[in-house]
Amino acid sequence: MRWETVIGLEIHVQLAAESKIFSGAPTRYGAEQNTQACTVDLGLPGVLPVLNARVVDMAITLGLALDAKIAPASIFARKNYFYPDLPKGYQISQYEEPIVADGRIEISLPSGETKTIGITRAHLEEDAGKSVHDAFPGYTAIDLNRAGTPLLEVVTEPDMRSPGEAVAYMRAMHALVRYLGICDGNMQEGSFRCDANVSVRPLGSDTFGTRAEIKNINSFRFVERAIEFEVERQIDLIESGGKVVQETRLYDPDKHETRSMRSKEDAHDYRYFPDPDLLPIVVSQSHIDTIRRALPELPWARRDRYVTEFALSIDDARTLAADRPLAEYFEALVQASGDPRQSANWLNGELAANLNRHGLGIEACPITPERLGALIKRIIDGTLSGNLAKQLFEALWNLEGEVDALIDQKGLRQLNDGDAVRALIAQVMEESPAQVAQYRAGKDKVFGYFVGQVMRRSQGKANPQQLNELLKEMLS
Amino acid sequence: MSLSTTDLLRVARLARLQIADHAAETYAAQLSGILAHFSLIGEINTDSVPPLAHAIDAVGRLREDIVSEAVDRDQLQAGAPLVENGYYLVPRVIE
Amino acid sequence: MTNSVIPQTLAAQSAALAEGQFSSVELTQHYLERINRLDGQFNSFITVCPDFALAQAAEADRRRAAGENSPLLGIPYANKDIFCTKGINTTCASRMLAQWQAPYDATVVERLHAAGMVMLGKTNMDEFAMGSSNETSWFGPARNPWDTNRVPGGSSGGSAAAVAARLAPVATGTDTGGSIRQPAALCGVTGLKPTYGRVSRWGMIAFASSLDQGGPMALTAEDLALMLNAMAGADRRDATSIDRAPEDFMADLSKPLSGLKVGVPSEFMDAGLSPGIRACVDAATTTLQQLGAAIKEVSLPHAGVAVPAYYVVASAEASSNLSRYDGVRFGHRCENPVDLADLYSRSRAEGFGEEVKRRILVGTYVLSAGYYDAWYRKAQQLRRLIQQDFVAAFSGVDVLLGPTTPNTAFALGENVADPLTMYLSDIYTTGVNLAGLPGLSMPGGFVDGLPVGLQLIGNYFDERRILQVAHQFQQHTDWHSRMPVAAE
Repeated sequence: MRWETVIGLEIHVQLAAESKIFSGAPTRYGAEQNTQACTVDLGLPGVLPVLNARVVDMAITLGLALDAKIAPASIFARKNYFYPDLPKGYQISQYEEPIVADGRIEISLPSGETKTIGITRAHLEEDAGKSVHDAFPGYTAIDLNRAGTPLLEVVTEPDMRSPGEAVAYMRAMHALVRYLGICDGNMQEGSFRCDANVSVRPLGSDTFGTRAEIKNINSFRFVERAIEFEVERQIDLIESGGKVVQETRLYDPDKHETRSMRSKEDAHDYRYFPDPDLLPIVVSQSHIDTIRRALPELPWARRDRYVTEFALSIDDARTLAADRPLAEYFEALVQASGDPRQSANWLNGELAANLNRHGLGIEACPITPERLGALIKRIIDGTLSGNLAKQLFEALWNLEGEVDALIDQKGLRQLNDGDAVRALIAQVMEESPAQVAQYRAGKDKVFGYFVGQVMRRSQGKANPQQLNELLKEMLS
Repeated sequence: MSLSTTDLLRVARLARLQIADHAAETYAAQLSGILAHFSLIGEINTDSVPPLAHAIDAVGRLREDIVSEAVDRDQLQAGAPLVENGYYLVPRVIE
Repeated sequence: MTNSVIPQTLAAQSAALAEGQFSSVELTQHYLERINRLDGQFNSFITVCPDFALAQAAEADRRRAAGENSPLLGIPYANKDIFCTKGINTTCASRMLAQWQAPYDATVVERLHAAGMVMLGKTNMDEFAMGSSNETSWFGPARNPWDTNRVPGGSSGGSAAAVAARLAPVATGTDTGGSIRQPAALCGVTGLKPTYGRVSRWGMIAFASSLDQGGPMALTAEDLALMLNAMAGADRRDATSIDRAPEDFMADLSKPLSGLKVGVPSEFMDAGLSPGIRACVDAATTTLQQLGAAIKEVSLPHAGVAVPAYYVVASAEASSNLSRYDGVRFGHRCENPVDLADLYSRSRAEGFGEEVKRRILVGTYVLSAGYYDAWYRKAQQLRRLIQQDFVAAFSGVDVLLGPTTPNTAFALGENVADPLTMYLSDIYTTGVNLAGLPGLSMPGGFVDGLPVGLQLIGNYFDERRILQVAHQFQQHTDWHSRMPVAAE
C-alpha cells in the first residue's frame, strides 16, 4: 500500500503591537507575573473589550501580502471553554466571518521547485495566559500577562504533502511576517507557534483520512520531526487494523513522539456566537488601499528583482531577499561596491560565517555596507587579492579603520609588478634546482611549491593570477 | 421538547455547574417545560431573515495602540481567593 | 427635618439646595435616618454607606459654597448593586460576589459623582439581574412598599422600592428585559430604559450584553431627564456606546402634545391583560387626547414570540458572561477543591442561586452543538422581525403606549415554583430590549390599592419625546405623587 501524507498548518502569529488587542495593557515579553494583566485582561466583572486599531491594520497588511480577500465587515465571536489561563471562560476570536480569507503563498522546496500553498483564512483573536505547573507543589500557577496579546491565526488549506513542504511553508510565513514588521518571529518567546493537522490516505484517493492535530511545535526542526513521527504512527495504526482518532496530540521532542493530550474541553463544544460587546469591524476600500500603498516590496518580488536586475542565482537571490534587514544591507552594499555578484558572495559567504560564529544578526554587523563595498572595489581594481582581502576583512570587523587607510597601514597592497615577481621567481628557481627539475620532468604537483615560496617571499601579496602565468612561463 | 437527566448533566458539565443527581431531575423537568414553551419560536417562518446580533446599526469603535493602563498588581489581587508570589493558584492541572 | 420640609423630587431638592434651605449633608442625613428607620420592612438596600455618603455630601456643600450650582450637585441617590463602586461592595445580590470590591468605578458612577451626587448605598436586586421579582437575591427579597407581602418587581426591585418609599429621591437601575420598567410599574414610580448604547456599560456587571442598559428611576419624568443628562454619553471604554452629539433631555419637556401621534399595539391589549390595567391604559389615552394627541391602533405582529426570543438570547449571552465566575481571580471559591473541575463546578454551584443556574443551563443548551441553529440563530432572526415590526409601527406614529405589565404586584413566593409564569410577566417589555429602543414606565393608576404602570416606547434615540409625553401626562395626573402608607 502506498500512502500519501496530507498536512495543513495553523500558525499563531503574535502581533507586534505595543498594547493588547482589547485593552491598553503592555505586551512586552518577560515581565514579572501578572504585572501586565489589567482589569480587562483579568476579566473582572463589568469590564469590556475595545479593539486595537493597529492590530486590524496588521491583519490587513498580511492579507494583502498573501493576495487574499479582506472582509469589508468581519465579526468577533466568543469561543467558550473553561481553563485557568482563560480568565473570561471564553476567548474572543473570529469564527464565521474572519478578516482575511482565500490567499496564497509561494514556498521553495529543497529541490528548487516552488509550490503554491493556499491560505484558507487568517483571523484575529486574543492570546491566553500561561500555566506554570511545577512552581508550587500540588498547584498550577497562573500568569495572565500574556492574556489579551493580539494573535493572528493563519490557517492553510491541506495542501502540503511532506514534512519538508511543511517546514518550507513555515519558513516562508516566518520570513514574511518579520518582513512586514508585524511579528518579531521569536519562537522561543512564543511569538510564532505552529499546530499541524496531519492525516494519511492511500495514494490516489481523493477523500481525506481522519486527521490528528499536533500542538507544541516551536521550531522548524520539531515541525519536521513531529510530522514524520505522526505519519509513521498513523500508517502503522491503519495497517494493523486500527483507526486514526480525531484528537489533539502533543509533540515531545525529547522522546521524539506524539502523545494524546488530556482534552481541555471534553466535547470540544465551543458554542461560538457573535460577541455582543464588539461591533463589526468595518474596513473601507480606501483604507485597504492606503495600507496596500504602504506595503514594503515583498520577499518574492525582491527575489525576482535580484535575479533580473542583478543577475544573481535564484538561490542567492532567495537567501538575500528572505530577510528584510539583510536585503537592505545587500542593496546598500551593491550601491557601495558596484558589483552585485561579488556583493552577494561576500554577504552569503564570509560575512554570514562571521555573523553566525559570533551569534549576531545582520543588524548588529560591525562592518557597514559602505566599508565592505569599498573593500570589494579594491578587489575589482586589483589592489587586493583574495587573501589580502580576507586580512582586511578581519581588520574591518575589528573596527580598525577605513579600507584605504588600512591597506596602506598594513601594507596590504597586492604585488602587481611583473618584474618584481619575476625576480622573486628567479630567486626561488635558483635556490631550488631539484624542484625545478621535478616539475620539468612532469611532476605537476610541485607547481604548488613554487607558488607557496613566492607567496611567502612576497608576504602573500603576489597577485595569484599573474604569479601563475609568470611561473608557467618561467618554469617551462 | 424533553430534556433527559443525562442531557441535563451533560449541559451542566459544559457549564461547570455541579448538580446533584436528585437535583438533576428537577432541573431537567423545569428546563423541559421552559424549552417546550420557547420552542414556539420554531413555528415562525424566518426564511432569508438575517439574524440580528446588534440592535443598533453602528460600527465598532477602535482604540489607538498605546499603553494606557498602569497595572497595580497588589490592588488587583487584593480580593483574590488564592495568590502566591503574584500567581493565581489552582489545583494542579495535568496536561 | 420632617417629610413636609424636604421636597420629594430631585428637581425640587435641587432648587431648595440652591436657595440654601438646607445643606446636602442635612439632606443626606434625612435619607440615612429614614433608611435606618424604615428599610427593615422593605430590604431595599444591601449596603448602606453613611460615612462615604456624608463625605460626598460635605464635598458637594463645599463645591456649592465655591459657586457651583448644577442640578445634581449634592443630591442623594440609591445605586443598584450591579454598578461597580470602588471601596464599597458590589455584590450583584449574589453569594458569588458577596464580599467583592471592585478596583474601579463604573462610568455611570464616575459621572454621577462628578456631577456631585451622593451615594446612599447599593440597592437590592435579583441575583445577577436575572428575575422579575427581586426574590432571587442572596440577601433576601426586597418588598413592595405598597404591600410588603408583595414583590417590588425585578430585577431593579431595591431601587424601585427605595424610591417609592422615599428612601432616596432617585436611583439607578438596569434593564435587560424590563428590569427598570417592570419594578417601576409595580412600585408606582417612573423609570427609563434608554436606547441601547446611550449609557455606558463599563463597570455595569454584564447579564446579557446586547440587551443591558443602565437608566434612572425616580418619581417624575423631569427627574429622569435630569439624571439622564449626567448618565448618558459615549465612553471610549465601551465599544457599544454610541457617539452622538450631546443632548439636553430636559429640552422638550414642556412642549405641548398637540399633533402627537400615539400608537397602541393591539397585541398588548389582548385577553391576557387584567381589566383594571386595561382601564388605566384607556384613561391614559383619553388624557393624552385631551392634551392634543391622536390615538391610533398599531400592530406588532411578532409580539407573541418576544418573550421566548428574549430568553433564548439573554440566557445564551448570560451563560457566557458568567463563565468568568470560577473561583480563581475573585469571588466565591469552594473549600478544599480536589482538582480543577471540582474547583469550578463546586465554586459555581455554591456561588450561584437556582434561577441563575437555570439560565446558565438554558443558555449553554441553546448554544451547544446541534442546537445553535434551531435555537440561538432562530431567536436572532426573530429579533430582526421584532425590530422590523417596531420600525414599521413608527412610520405612522411618534410613540407607542401600552401597559407595562399584565398584572399588578404578585405575592412573594407566588411564582417562585414556576419560572415560566415569571418569564411571561415580561411580555410587554422584552421586545423593546430586543429592538434596542428606549422605553419608559410611569404610574397610571391603581387597582385594588396596587400601582399600575403605563409604558411609553420611543423611536431610536428619541428619549426626549417619551420624556415629554410622560412629563405632560404627569402635569395633568397625580398618580406619580401618591405615597405608600409604609413610607410615611
